[in-house]
Amino acid sequence: MSNLKPDELSKINYMPPEEDWMSVSVQMRKGMYCHGASENSLKTVGFPNPRKWSSAEADWKLPDNWQEIVLKGMAERLEKYRSFHIFMDICVRCGACADKCHFFLGTGDPKNMPVLRAELLRSVYRREFTTAGKILGKIAGARELTEDVLKEWWYYFFQCTECRRCSVFCPYGIDTAEITMIARELLNLLGLNIEWIAGPVANCYMKGNHLGLEPHTITSSVEFLLDEIEEITGIKIEPTFNRKGAEILFVTPSGDLFADPGTYTCMGYLMLFHELGLDYTWSTYASEGGNFGSFTSNEMGKRLNSKIYAEAKRLGVKWILGGECGHMWRVLNQYMDTWNGPADFLQVPVSPITGTVFENAASTKMVHISEFTADLLKHNKLEIDPSRNDHYKVTFHDSCNPSRGMGLLEEPRYIINKVCNNFFEMPENTIREKTFCCGSGSGLNASENMELRLRGGFPRANAVKHVKNKYDVNMLACICAIDRAALTTLMDYWVPGVKVIGVTELLANALKMKGENDRDTDLRGEPLSGAEDGDAKEDSEDV
Amino acid sequence: MKILLPFLGVMGIVIVAFVGVEMLNLQYLFGVMIPYTAFIIFVVGVVLRILKWGRSAVPFCIPTTSGQQKSFSWIKRNRFDNPSNNLEVIVRMALEVLLFRSLFSNTSTALKEDEGRLIHQSSKWLWLGGLAFHWSFLIVLVRHLRLFLDPIPSALSLVEGMDGLMQLGVPVLYWTGLILLISATYLFFRRVVIPQVSYFSLPNDHFPLLLILFIATTGMIMRYILKVDIISVKAFTVGLFSLKPTITHDLGLIFYIHLFLVSVLLAYFPFSKLMHAAGVFLSPTRNMPNNSRRIRHINPWNYPVKVHTYEEYEDDFRDKMKTVGLPLEKE
Repeated sequence: MSNLKPDELSKINYMPPEEDWMSVSVQMRKGMYCHGASENSLKTVGFPNPRKWSSAEADWKLPDNWQEIVLKGMAERLEKYRSFHIFMDICVRCGACADKCHFFLGTGDPKNMPVLRAELLRSVYRREFTTAGKILGKIAGARELTEDVLKEWWYYFFQCTECRRCSVFCPYGIDTAEITMIARELLNLLGLNIEWIAGPVANCYMKGNHLGLEPHTITSSVEFLLDEIEEITGIKIEPTFNRKGAEILFVTPSGDLFADPGTYTCMGYLMLFHELGLDYTWSTYASEGGNFGSFTSNEMGKRLNSKIYAEAKRLGVKWILGGECGHMWRVLNQYMDTWNGPADFLQVPVSPITGTVFENAASTKMVHISEFTADLLKHNKLEIDPSRNDHYKVTFHDSCNPSRGMGLLEEPRYIINKVCNNFFEMPENTIREKTFCCGSGSGLNASENMELRLRGGFPRANAVKHVKNKYDVNMLACICAIDRAALTTLMDYWVPGVKVIGVTELLANALKMKGENDRDTDLRGEPLSGAEDGDAKEDSEDV
Repeated sequence: MKILLPFLGVMGIVIVAFVGVEMLNLQYLFGVMIPYTAFIIFVVGVVLRILKWGRSAVPFCIPTTSGQQKSFSWIKRNRFDNPSNNLEVIVRMALEVLLFRSLFSNTSTALKEDEGRLIHQSSKWLWLGGLAFHWSFLIVLVRHLRLFLDPIPSALSLVEGMDGLMQLGVPVLYWTGLILLISATYLFFRRVVIPQVSYFSLPNDHFPLLLILFIATTGMIMRYILKVDIISVKAFTVGLFSLKPTITHDLGLIFYIHLFLVSVLLAYFPFSKLMHAAGVFLSPTRNMPNNSRRIRHINPWNYPVKVHTYEEYEDDFRDKMKTVGLPLEKE
């Protein structure tokens, strides 16, 4: 577990075991998996087979016809998803993906090689849906769907963060994220989700956000941040909630409202929008950009996502601005318009400050905060003092989803380069589309699976450590709420001394607001650069 | 076992051809009926498989974006790794299919255990081996057309001329035959030698490689060692191709073995991973443009879902909303 010291945890054996992988049953190790979904969470959203069960016990209390349910589900999905159908058939097991998964690199468990993770499902597919598999069985790589196999699915498909790194390297673009999503849908048919996902889904459905913040809690959370901002800048900001007729609806992950360092990023949004005099509003109903539903089933993803357009319509806004979040943007980029569009009641987004038309969002009508901000900086609409970030030596973590599910690579870098003076890239094989996952995405950022998270985050941390040693980097920037939470834990363990920051927080540090006090601290209350004692404080914390 | 079974399988195929032709004199069966049947299985099988894939929906636009998206005019985008229209998709696919671009950027990762450090380095061996294998196989196939066509198109002669540039005695040594043999051997050995690759390899990964190795070997034997009578072979294959099959000459045992191995490969193709050749074109992560924020993608089976409406939400929280002064639809 996390009792292990980093130098012990980083001893990883990549040699596969002797026995054939098909013939060994799954060994579920504590610290490597999450608690099973609770009955209540599943009931709230009407998921099938809610019941009391524990993954740690032998009897998972499956319904009698569970095999039938799974195989029927598989057959349906083979018709509904060409990706699934093709990816079951065309893998040649060349192995290009084998050493690309952060969970394989962190655990050495061969079933975390993307090829083998997919084979867990493919072997059953062959047995049930191909002639060769039916006749030749194991020789054709086929095996029966037993309870052991099902448990193995559960264990390993909740050891995949759907980060898509393997897909970049696959000559056929086989995307394990697609396979994991389908596998989780199948498990979901039997009520076999994890609580860290099912709980937020139920919360989001009933209350509008994963954390289950009720309307009055949201406003009071924001008020708390406003007080902080006033203390630092002397400026009193008054945002609105659920206001009809605003020009823009702002949606961000609820994690930004909740815990450090996400809250600092949230303060950044508030300061930026205030400085611009933006006519925007928050919604307490659509108070979540993230979508844990997409970690359960396509249908649940759609059900949760529907709130964003519905609220934009009700409030009569012109377009939607989205905050810093990872999978929220994969969902928005690849699914939202298809699920819940057409958003014909909205207008093609135009920046009210620069007049830029966001043609690339002409249909979804939703713009990423990094696009919005980069455009402002390009047009010199903000007064920036990058030296206010001089106490930071910054590197940037490309979140998996915006990079590999959207292609948002340059916009955040453009912002960082404008708002701070010390920016250092991690090695090229670990950034942009080759970026490594934080190890906690797709709903795996629980605490009971801490060893898995630390192991999965090892390749990311390793690259950060490289730039820390080389350039003395002390700040890891990102544009994802789960990153902000997960990377903080990860850095504390693997690379102590490196903190985590949202790009909009960096911006807000450097932003010279009209009528502000002489700022002597950053948003975290740390003395601004130049102040020698500031550096000393950082250092003393590192020891 | 994973290797032995496919090896015995391929040996079995050779033995069947040997027994059939040499002992039972089933020249017509092995020379005509089986090749025709195999060819029909191949064509029908491939078409059916593609149709089956084609019937599966593409509900979402899910390209893997391996480069900068199209956003502002002043941000340099990556057209071919993150295509924004169909033309760019075609280029992406062409680069993938013809040059194996994804494999070109492959890396290998090693752990420096004493320092607890991962090192990610460029690794091009699989790319090189795969590319050499597929291209040489293609050119060998194209060269075989001379056996089926009369007169031989000049373009074909050009290919042969290029291929035989290394004039080493008679008959001319074709580069591609040799490269095919070497690259297939490499691909086979990496499956056996690299522990991880060996671990996840299946019998049906070894079988086609061994089959192709045997085909290449018997082809080379025929050409360079046993020297089959090429005139007779051509007369026979032209007959096959023009649907007037006759067996009048003694074609030699090695020829029948070669032909039977090829027939098995053809018949095996549609039921195996070899279908990656066709499937790669249908892969949604590669063959779609990343434009779903600009142009709406339609899901053919989209259906309405149960949502928690704003009205229900307000009913649930009206009092709390009222306390903090949030606007309400109904007081």
